[in-house]
Amino acid sequence: MKPFLEVKNLFVSFPTEDGVVRASDDISFTVARGETLAVVGESGSGKSVTSLAVMGLHNRKSTNISGQAILNLPTGPVDTISAAPEVVRKLRGKAMAMIFQDPMSALHPYYTIGDQITEAWQLYNDGSKADGIKRAVELLDLVGIPSASKRVKEFPHQFSGGMRQRVMIAMALVNNPSLLIADEPTTALDVTIQSQILQLLRDMQKEFNMAVILITHDLGVVAEVADRVCVMYAGKIVEQSNIDEVYYRPDHPYTIGLLNSIPRVDSIEGRRLLAIPGQPPSLISLPPGCSFRPRCTFSSLVPNKRCAIDVPDLDEKNSAHFSRCFLTEPQLVQLRTPTGVQS
Amino acid sequence: MTEPVLKVEGLKKYFESTSGGAFSKKKVVVQAVDGIDLEVFPGQTLGLVGESGCGKTTVGRTILKLYEPTDGKIIFQGQDITRLSRKKMKPLRSQMQMIFQDPFASLNPRQTVGALIGSTFDIQEITPAGGVMKEVQRLMERVGLNPEHYNRYPHEFSGGQRQRIGVARAIALKPKLIVADEPVSALDVSIQAQVVNLLEDLQQEFDMAYLFVAHDLSVVQHISDRVVVMYLGKVMEEADKADLFSKPRHPYTKALLSAVPVPDPVKGRARERIILQGDLPSPVNPPSGCVFHTRCWKVQDKCHTDVPQLLELSPRHRVACHFPEPA
Repeated sequence: MKPFLEVKNLFVSFPTEDGVVRASDDISFTVARGETLAVVGESGSGKSVTSLAVMGLHNRKSTNISGQAILNLPTGPVDTISAAPEVVRKLRGKAMAMIFQDPMSALHPYYTIGDQITEAWQLYNDGSKADGIKRAVELLDLVGIPSASKRVKEFPHQFSGGMRQRVMIAMALVNNPSLLIADEPTTALDVTIQSQILQLLRDMQKEFNMAVILITHDLGVVAEVADRVCVMYAGKIVEQSNIDEVYYRPDHPYTIGLLNSIPRVDSIEGRRLLAIPGQPPSLISLPPGCSFRPRCTFSSLVPNKRCAIDVPDLDEKNSAHFSRCFLTEPQLVQLRTPTGVQS
Repeated sequence: MTEPVLKVEGLKKYFESTSGGAFSKKKVVVQAVDGIDLEVFPGQTLGLVGESGCGKTTVGRTILKLYEPTDGKIIFQGQDITRLSRKKMKPLRSQMQMIFQDPFASLNPRQTVGALIGSTFDIQEITPAGGVMKEVQRLMERVGLNPEHYNRYPHEFSGGQRQRIGVARAIALKPKLIVADEPVSALDVSIQAQVVNLLEDLQQEFDMAYLFVAHDLSVVQHISDRVVVMYLGKVMEEADKADLFSKPRHPYTKALLSAVPVPDPVKGRARERIILQGDLPSPVNPPSGCVFHTRCWKVQDKCHTDVPQLLELSPRHRVACHFPEPA
């Protein structure tokens, strides 16, 4: 069986006065139902742009886009990139749904929670408003909002940050979507609330057998919920594999660098953080060759400075473990051990 | 024994506001900080952690007298500064500085980097050896900025570089104490480590004390010598770093630590997690007894009525709980 979502060679760029911003550069990945794919990267790495393009939420006028994002629906495959806007609109909310980082700006301040969830429900269901409210209460209950039948009549500002995020999740789930894209769903929340929401997402995924794409910069969150990981840097996927491979046998210098640079609550000894030097590049004027090269501690090991000229391909270094680096697997193995990443 | 740079006793900060909209006359009192004791020693870092709304930022700002304290005592280098006027505070300000969270909002967009950093000398009417410009450029170089960018404006820098400007401004007068309020939480992961390392190096070089206010326990754990955990305006637990992170005794600290995601999939899967129910109660109307009892997983009858005192349960380890975890 084919995975639910197949993204193939997706390019997204925006022409601006200063030049073309290459936000997603040849992105390919798949997500199956019941599986969580984490897309990890820093701000400006293209992780949100990619998901907005899949959802058809990009601005069609100001965006150059090519490639495919195929949803394998029971009725047959649909490519959300080439399909007409009306077709994609009919998929949003039902086949695929999205939750955003900031629930306060994603919820409408003038309408009650119940009205907003009902509106989403009525898009795909014939039923009265009362039926919709009933369904909304059901879902608010499911996502753990206490006294749901009372709170369904309240407005977004009457909810706390964590509760608003639950409302967003309830709204996204109202039509049983097959794919859920969660864009930094817990970044604005406190850790105790974050762990509640992550648990909720895991439970909901099981309940609805959804394919989940989790977009985040937090490597801790990824380790807790993901099955597979795409690491993005400057618009490209630089490493892709299952979760344990990426954390214990990272195959790209950027991933190795990231894992070494984060302080960890689980290791008390005061080792100095191994920071990645420099800044992420501008997506308008990317350096030639490998985008990470100017910050890469290992670039001198690449023969003939090849990474200064050519862009490395996303190669399969190990079975189902892809990395965009000219260094060979034995070289990378050596690099990750002495710097402290567990082997 | 060395004297603390900063000693805070029974600090309270209440804010008055109106309830129910702008036209309401009904006054409510927000008990942002409700009786806090702290000590910060020279060259050391005291981490102050807690969730949003626990009052940690208010503590930092009240200590610097950016807010007038409601009650309690602030003693800075042996001098009681609690009721000092703005004018009398001014000369002391060179000794106590702040680094802010948001490197975008905390730098005046109309001033060049040179002016932003240089103004600290003008305000204190100090002329550094070799002139202001030379000193500013030396500072810029020290914090990892290109001194040639002296005449650039904040918008020409990335978030991480801007935070370096904020750091240069804070260390310009070689203060004894820096209050750093979430200094790295707005930065990208790969940049956070750079700024954390910079702060550590500068602390060693200038023997400064830090009050490091943050919600990210991993960063606090990394940088602090001693850690204070706050909840709803009160201190729940205080201990040396290793002690607090390996043997948390307050149920809140324990739950908080268990909620921090660990970047290690196997450990993450195996970890026992305490998921706290509900949200932080409102500081306008804090719960009776122990303020944490509404969310506590060990709550008993006593917790509803009796306020637990912050007691030293083992050497240098203070806990405010009727039913602390075993040592």
